[in-house]
Amino acid sequence: MDRIPILKMGDALLITIQVDMHDRLALALEEDLTAKIAATKAKGVLIDISSLEIVDSFIGRMLDNIAAVSRMLDADTVVVGMRPAVAITLVELGLSLTGVKTALNVERGMLMIQNRLRGLGDFSGRRS
Amino acid sequence: MAVAADWAGVISRHHDEIIKGWLQQLRDDGTLQTGRIKDAELEGECRRMLALVGPELAHGAAHSPLGGELRDMLVALSRSRALQGFTPSETSNFVLGLKLPLFGAIGVDYPDQADVIAGATIEATRKLDRLALLTIESFQKSREEVIIRQQREIAELSTPVVKLWDGILALPLIGTLDSERTQVVMENMLQSIVEHSAEIAIIDITGVPTVDTLVAQHLLKTVAAARLMGADCIVSGIRPQIAQTMVHLGVELNVISKASLADALALALQRIGKRVVDTAGATAAPVEFLR
Repeated sequence: MDRIPILKMGDALLITIQVDMHDRLALALEEDLTAKIAATKAKGVLIDISSLEIVDSFIGRMLDNIAAVSRMLDADTVVVGMRPAVAITLVELGLSLTGVKTALNVERGMLMIQNRLRGLGDFSGRRS
Repeated sequence: MAVAADWAGVISRHHDEIIKGWLQQLRDDGTLQTGRIKDAELEGECRRMLALVGPELAHGAAHSPLGGELRDMLVALSRSRALQGFTPSETSNFVLGLKLPLFGAIGVDYPDQADVIAGATIEATRKLDRLALLTIESFQKSREEVIIRQQREIAELSTPVVKLWDGILALPLIGTLDSERTQVVMENMLQSIVEHSAEIAIIDITGVPTVDTLVAQHLLKTVAAARLMGADCIVSGIRPQIAQTMVHLGVELNVISKASLADALALALQRIGKRVVDTAGATAAPVEFLR
């Protein structure tokens, strides 16, 4: 079965989803990621979904779950590059992913994670 | 069984008189007086239609579907009438005006044959009525098309997305927010966030006359969608009365809100790390001090 690769960049983990997510793939990702965070002691997780065109309520909930699990393991999750159509769909589904941090693109997402790692505190991505 | 009237023969024998009577009828109805259509043009239309109506009356049974060419012609005619601003009755009178001259003609051709005249008249009336209904229907349809197009244009015009600064967008909303408009606003905003890679979007609702629970819900949806894209939203321009109403209704907007667009812009600039400098005074102050 296909697996989504999880790349380690310093203290952050980078996940780029470039295929359509089906449910089993999503579950596998959640498991892999949890194991990887524990193994690498990562402090930030960046999920790039700019190639994701179709979402359903399951994938939306999965993103929320991943964020919640990561938070328990002391890593913050940033979801980046969501497409407008995907954002509208998630909102219409009633999933506003309140537990997940978001950024427009990978660059800004990385900035957010780095700010947190540098102890800049509020994790808002603001330039200082 | 009465002899059926020979409509084709009647029309060919009395062609010019029918046209003349028909035009007179239309003139009396006042179709020409408005000056929207020329005499010659109207006569051309009459001739064309009579040529098509002839075979229809002669062959088609009363309930058979209308002939393609005649139908097309009437639909096109009603459409142009609708666009020129004729009233529905003027449009249908064009068809109904043909009745009297036709009946006159058949009366001349079949003197003393009341049953033939009656049969033919009933037949022709039914057909012409159907044609008249067709004109009204297509008239209405083209009017509705115009309305739909205008609605779409209004929707587009009323939801502009303005770039205030690098990374700061503003959406000045004017008019009531219904679910359809929210959809357009949301799509436009999210698209612009991507295009300008904006960090902050200011939704200015100065022009929104009322905010009820539904509108508030739509606003919250828009804010949530922008957040998912990684942009922050600031809502500005809530008028005092509206703020009161909202609180009394129990509507809560759990978003950052500022009284005016200026305040929202100041906050946005501060967020992206910009400062407004007063060039007259020597000292540079952060925006918050200039408010």
